[in-house]
Amino acid sequence: MISAWKTVRTIARRELTSYFTSPVAYVFLVIFLLLTGFFTFTAGGFFERGEASLASFFAWHPWLYLVLVPAVGMRLWSEERRSGTLELLLTMPVTAWQAILGKFLASWAFLAIALALTFPVVLTVNVLGDPDNGVIASGYFGSLLLAGSYLALTCMTSALTRNQVVAFILGVVICLFLILCGFNPVTDLLTRWASPAVVDTVAAFSVIPHFDGFQKGVIDTRDLFYFLSVIGFALFATGVILRNHRAG
Amino acid sequence: MIRIENLVKSFGPKRAVDGVTFNVERGEVLGFLGPNGAGKSTTMRMITGFIPPTEGKVAVGGYDVTESPLEVKRLIGYLPEAAPSYPDMTVHGFLAFAADMRGLSGEAKNKAIGRVVELCFLSSVLHQGIDTLSKGYKHRACLAQALIHDPEVLVLDEPTDGLDPNQKHEVRNLIRDLGRSKAVVFSTHILEEVDAACTRAIIIDRGRIVANGTPAELRGMSGLAGAVTVSGQGVSADKLAPLGRVEVVDGAYRVFPADKAAAGELAREVAELATREGWRLEALRTEEGQLEEVFRRITLPDTVKK
Repeated sequence: MISAWKTVRTIARRELTSYFTSPVAYVFLVIFLLLTGFFTFTAGGFFERGEASLASFFAWHPWLYLVLVPAVGMRLWSEERRSGTLELLLTMPVTAWQAILGKFLASWAFLAIALALTFPVVLTVNVLGDPDNGVIASGYFGSLLLAGSYLALTCMTSALTRNQVVAFILGVVICLFLILCGFNPVTDLLTRWASPAVVDTVAAFSVIPHFDGFQKGVIDTRDLFYFLSVIGFALFATGVILRNHRAG
Repeated sequence: MIRIENLVKSFGPKRAVDGVTFNVERGEVLGFLGPNGAGKSTTMRMITGFIPPTEGKVAVGGYDVTESPLEVKRLIGYLPEAAPSYPDMTVHGFLAFAADMRGLSGEAKNKAIGRVVELCFLSSVLHQGIDTLSKGYKHRACLAQALIHDPEVLVLDEPTDGLDPNQKHEVRNLIRDLGRSKAVVFSTHILEEVDAACTRAIIIDRGRIVANGTPAELRGMSGLAGAVTVSGQGVSADKLAPLGRVEVVDGAYRVFPADKAAAGELAREVAELATREGWRLEALRTEEGQLEEVFRRITLPDTVKK
């Protein structure tokens, strides 16, 4: 068990290092921080709201991550498939789940670093007013789970193809579905021909209501369970896809 | 060390590997020959546990590859086809990663890296990014990765592909030396490598083994094997005719023995004939047969049929 975890860590460390040895990591971090800044202060109307909260910061995350998270995750498996290192990696003494978990945790840690670098907004709001820092902490926690869910889904699409662009587009589409399926225009459309039970089931897949709780400072076990099960399912599917790929 | 029994791999309706059976013992270097697409790489991928067999069994060091894949993978050092590596890492970083994955740490890890760097002549590029290296260095970095844990079994898919003649020579010598204490399987389509490095060779064509033997035995399958070539002043085909069928090749006479088993006698008989007739010989040699001819004869008809 200890050596299994060590293997996961070795894979994660290699993956995380590879983000920072290429310029992609820095480009990503700069763009992420610029965009969060723009959405929070300009589009989100941080100052106009006149309240000491980060609501205008977190509210944009589902949309911001929609493009940025698949960009981080798209190379995870497709690059290994394209360059043939998949064969190298999986003929070392590792199980597929160790490799999947190691790579996923590395890119999740990278996203956590990006998120942690937004700390100036926390400082700003604390200097300007007296916010509830518990709510902010829960917002960050929810945001991290949201990013993890998108990332796990991108991990899955990345395992499907050796082409990063295809992995990216599929990742965006699936994540977009998870946002839109709870949206009123979409659910209204569905009610025209589907039974209310179906509409409710589809809407329950939406990330938005589950993320809302975290923004309000409520950590509901159902929301937690939702995000963790999306991650679990997507990583499991990644394993199935990789196994089928190898079986030919 | 490696036991393969009736191994089959189907991709859809195509049987890429079709009932392959062979063993490799410690101290053996098995050359795996065959035309492109014959199933060499597929077989190696099944030995190393990268792809599961459709039918049949692979056991390495007593462990079945489908039942205990981790134990098998620990025993094997594997150089995949085209020698993939992580381009964004340095050679040292890549080897350190391979060592970590093999559970080496501390002093043992440093020693292992030092050893393979020396074996594969990588010291001059140790801290360079792999993406900046020439093909030969990239190839050797991947080979070094396969050797890092001093494995008991080596599976090398085209280990000399893309190397220059000097590097090829070094790698062949390395394989031969490693083969004294390990079980080695390597694939190639360069026939001279069989002589240079192998104790045994298997020729595989369209997923089936078509020949299996020592390099000398394979050469013996050649139609040329045992023939005696003689040239010099006064040599005449008529006088040679009683000894066997005679052909003229590049101004020399080649006598094919009527009975292959008695081939050893033929050179002596030709020499005695030359003495009796007073020929002034320039050359007299017994042909060993050419692997290339054997290879072409065994595998060509299938290639042509396609």
